[in-house]
Amino acid sequence: MDVFAPRSLEEALDVRVAHPEATPVAGGTDLMVDVNAGRIRPKALLDLSHVDEIGSWGRDNGRVFLGAGVTFARIGRELTEFHSLVTAAHSVASAQIRNRATIGGNLATASPAGDGIPVLVAYEADVVAAAARTGRRRIPLGNFLRGPKSTTLAPDELIAGVEWQPVAGPGSFAKVGRRNAMVIAVASVCIQVDEERHSVRLALGSVGPTVLRARRAERFAEGADWHDPAAVAEFARLAAADARPIDDLRGTAVHRRHVVEVLARRALTQVEEARC
Amino acid sequence: MLIRVAVNGTEHAIDVSPGTSLLTLLRDELGLTGTRNACEEGECGSCSVWLDGVLVCSCLVPALQADGREVRTVEALAAGEELHPLQDAFLAAGAVQCGFCTPGLLVAAADLLARNPDPDDREIREALAGNFCRCTGYQKIVDAVHLASRGTGLPRAVEHGAVGESARRVDGIPKVTGAFAYGSDLRADTMLRGVTLRSPYPSARIRSIEVTEAKTVPGVRAVLTADDVPGRPTFGLEYCDQPVLASDIVRYEGEPVALVAAETLEQARRAAELIKVDYEPLPVLSDMEDALCPDAPQVHEFGNVLRHVQILHGDPDAAEADVWVEGYYETPMQDQAALGPEAGLAVPTDEGGVELQTSTQWLHVDRQQIAPCLNLPEEKVRITLAGVGGAFGSREDIHVQIHACLLALGTGRPVKMAYGREESFRGHVHRHPSRTWIRYGATKDGRLVAADVRLLLDGGAYTSSSPAVLANASTFAAGPYEVPNVRVEGTVVYTNNPPCGAMRGFGAPQVCFAYESALDALAAKLELDPVELRLRNALRTGSVLPTGQVLVGSAPVREVIETCAAIPLPEPEPARANWIRRGVGFAVGFKNIAYSEGFDDSAEATVTLRAGADGPVAEVRTAAVDSGQGLYTVLAQIVRTELGVEQVVVSPADTTYGSAGSTSASRQTTMAGAAVQAACREIRALRDANGTAEEITRTATYHHRATTGFDEQGQGDIHTSFAFVAERAVVEVDVELGLARVVQIAAAQDAGLVVNPQGAEGQLEGGAAIGLGLALTEELQLDEGHLHNGSFTDYLIPTALDVPPVITMFVTVPEPGAPYGVKGIGELATIAATPAIVAAVRAATGRVLNRVPVTPDDLLGLRAPAATAGRAPIPDVPGQLAVPEYLGLGIGQQELMKAR
Repeated sequence: MDVFAPRSLEEALDVRVAHPEATPVAGGTDLMVDVNAGRIRPKALLDLSHVDEIGSWGRDNGRVFLGAGVTFARIGRELTEFHSLVTAAHSVASAQIRNRATIGGNLATASPAGDGIPVLVAYEADVVAAAARTGRRRIPLGNFLRGPKSTTLAPDELIAGVEWQPVAGPGSFAKVGRRNAMVIAVASVCIQVDEERHSVRLALGSVGPTVLRARRAERFAEGADWHDPAAVAEFARLAAADARPIDDLRGTAVHRRHVVEVLARRALTQVEEARC
Repeated sequence: MLIRVAVNGTEHAIDVSPGTSLLTLLRDELGLTGTRNACEEGECGSCSVWLDGVLVCSCLVPALQADGREVRTVEALAAGEELHPLQDAFLAAGAVQCGFCTPGLLVAAADLLARNPDPDDREIREALAGNFCRCTGYQKIVDAVHLASRGTGLPRAVEHGAVGESARRVDGIPKVTGAFAYGSDLRADTMLRGVTLRSPYPSARIRSIEVTEAKTVPGVRAVLTADDVPGRPTFGLEYCDQPVLASDIVRYEGEPVALVAAETLEQARRAAELIKVDYEPLPVLSDMEDALCPDAPQVHEFGNVLRHVQILHGDPDAAEADVWVEGYYETPMQDQAALGPEAGLAVPTDEGGVELQTSTQWLHVDRQQIAPCLNLPEEKVRITLAGVGGAFGSREDIHVQIHACLLALGTGRPVKMAYGREESFRGHVHRHPSRTWIRYGATKDGRLVAADVRLLLDGGAYTSSSPAVLANASTFAAGPYEVPNVRVEGTVVYTNNPPCGAMRGFGAPQVCFAYESALDALAAKLELDPVELRLRNALRTGSVLPTGQVLVGSAPVREVIETCAAIPLPEPEPARANWIRRGVGFAVGFKNIAYSEGFDDSAEATVTLRAGADGPVAEVRTAAVDSGQGLYTVLAQIVRTELGVEQVVVSPADTTYGSAGSTSASRQTTMAGAAVQAACREIRALRDANGTAEEITRTATYHHRATTGFDEQGQGDIHTSFAFVAERAVVEVDVELGLARVVQIAAAQDAGLVVNPQGAEGQLEGGAAIGLGLALTEELQLDEGHLHNGSFTDYLIPTALDVPPVITMFVTVPEPGAPYGVKGIGELATIAATPAIVAAVRAATGRVLNRVPVTPDDLLGLRAPAATAGRAPIPDVPGQLAVPEYLGLGIGQQELMKAR
């Protein structure tokens, strides 16, 4: 059998157990790069594109569920109230890629530069993982992301989607790369204000082995006056200190840390302006 | 598994495997080759199609997922003979050059217009940002989308245009329908697929190669190593120093070691993985200055100095200047990144020869290199031209040619070889990295009195065209200025880096970045306007060059500077964040046209005039290559002007015609153009004398004015003619994040006479885009000889959102002796764009920037400027390298070796 094309998640999970050699694929935009280069030769495919359940999104009891199979193009068109997520979706590659690439693929690949991930980290989203044997479990994103291109998803599990509790308050996403389009992030920053708690969540992309939370900056922000430029500068400095960047062919550690500081400062300034 | 898929309305049932992409299905199974394969990474958009009405990169869609779905490709755009409005608009607006990216762009543009019938510039550029184009600079593509959506308001190409008109491309229709066949589209019955096994080491000894297991793979028909090369083991444009297949030593990462031919590409790839090569790694020489140290590893037994040129004019040591500036500048290894990867199809003939169809820049010099390696006389090797998906110098050297022929002759079957993007990065030469130490002296009123330049180029592992690149860089090193006292020491060395050779500009961009940057420093020191300083020193007809050569041709340098400087600046954007700074930079560049140093450079063309059903028809037969720049359209325009006919057919280029020389050095409009013009004039004279309506055929050959080699002082009549360009860049820099965005480029080009205004604009727009890439993003990143970014994901060529509008102006002072007074213009805009952009970034930031590409770290001062320990080292053995006899100089550009 070359391909399994289940119509339901349950069916897909059974295939996952019975045919562990079948490589799961949705949009294919990460997988096929490796296949075309000869780095992966899939014995069979587990095609998830017909599973309606993971191809939809909606709300339940105030929580948002975003199916793994929803593409970045759809996120950009349909999840318009989630401004940061929409901005991140627009920053993904090209129209052609956004039409195919899914949020589930972004999570499964688990690149620290995955454009959707910093937003979901700032939303404190849970990955909804499913397995035939154990049913569903919710994995906080921070526990799901283990390292560069490594997750805690079990071999028999599939990503059903992500879920989060929206909070009141403005947010933003910004990404820096070497050219104006078709670029992998050198660094990215997502901020989300939680008005109720007068706190912010700050997620940093492409500056560590996984997408990071800037915890020291967040703690500082809780007691700070976000209108005070000195406090904003200190927040940004702490965010940069929380980054754990490396040098690679896309950028240097020193520049990445610098970008985090600038983007964190602009982000807090911007959300503070949006609040006033 | 058998899938059912509807493609362009036709149902197909096809057996595909899990690793097959929709792109492969379309191209290899269904023969729909209009959908192009340029990267297979989803970066370039050349493979764009609709899947159930959704725009996708077909390379990233598993074919199995197309089961039960509907696919539409570029082939579905036209309704029979009736072009889609976008196809017509692309031709009318001059948006098609090589055409390789065109189908993907048309599909993406049609997708945009379906959603947004009247998009603005920004919307068009955003929608097309995932479709790379290396030829056009995108402006005319944006124009074409506007033209298709609005129907009017833009100039349109003229159907049967003569010289001076924007004639419509003669090869335009197949390029917009997708029917145009590039090297990678070729097929033959019973065809095998060939692949190359390349060295993973930049420097190693081959202890053994074991092919037994590879030969057992089903479908494998041949596994070849160096022992199987029947003729000369090496090839090369200038020296034959590059092994067809490495036998004992590999000298760069990616050097070919073995070949496989098999029934399928997958079988060939699997077999290649099973070839066991036992390598003993050797020390790696990766730094061009280290190459000159006495104890450096020797890349070749004849030393690391590839060529040294010394030019001495006047007495720079005794020159009295009021002001001196001194600078050190570095440029990186740049890739041509033509969208069409290297490919060819070799077919054995019944007479024991071989016919090769491939994408190249010079059929005859390919044959001169191929035939001896196959141990065949040249007449048994016939080469015809496949569609060329851009070149920019990358196709001057041999790529698949010899390998494909060896496999075809070894198996008795047609063999196709087609590189993927990653192999393309390893399978052609690159632009030489450079280090330049430059010192200018001037009077206080801004007259240059002396220039002292030392220049070092990294030639990589083999010679390619390095000697000629060095000669160019050395002769241009003092700039397009009158400088009475000049010393240039130019050296190119061998290293274990990938071989370097021709790329658009051919030695000129490296030194232009240095001399224009130094001139800006001088202007600052003199408190003089940079444009004024250039005007005061500009070359003119009659000026004496550092080689002692008197500039006899047209040289409207002042005029191009003044024309460029007069182009209006763009309005500042109204609401800008306070961290955005705008800067303006200016640069002047120049370059030789055609070949130099005593090379007998010529072009042959044949023209036939005959009666046709709809009036007279002229046919042009020439071996000259249209690399996408529009040569065949230019030749047709010349025929129309000379013979007064509308219908002109340019036959496919073939080695059965006489050599037309290379499509490089900005030479073919002059060279092939002159040959066509001469043939036409003979026909016209006969027709006018006899009043006959009979078929007339005439062949003409054009030689340009003779040149000489260098004497011991580096003096000589080195180049035949020159062209000049001035460019101005406006850049906006986010001075906090370290990001630069080019807002506008203005270019004024010395063109002699503009044969095709739309085509000439396209050369400037596209040329400037490549210079922009060099200024800001393009660099092959090498570490100890290992290439780290040989992919379109990480080698960053500019997208539609990176290249700004390019405002183009032409200065037309006819070149004596050239047909209609034309000058080549293909390379010029690339040369001065880089220093103009960097100067603008300096103006915006105040930073010292002496290295390209300028990185965010450079912009923010997070990285120190490129440093040098002192003056450039001069090799121990100045003067011409003693070349061993075995390298065999009897081929290629050889004549110039004899002249030296």
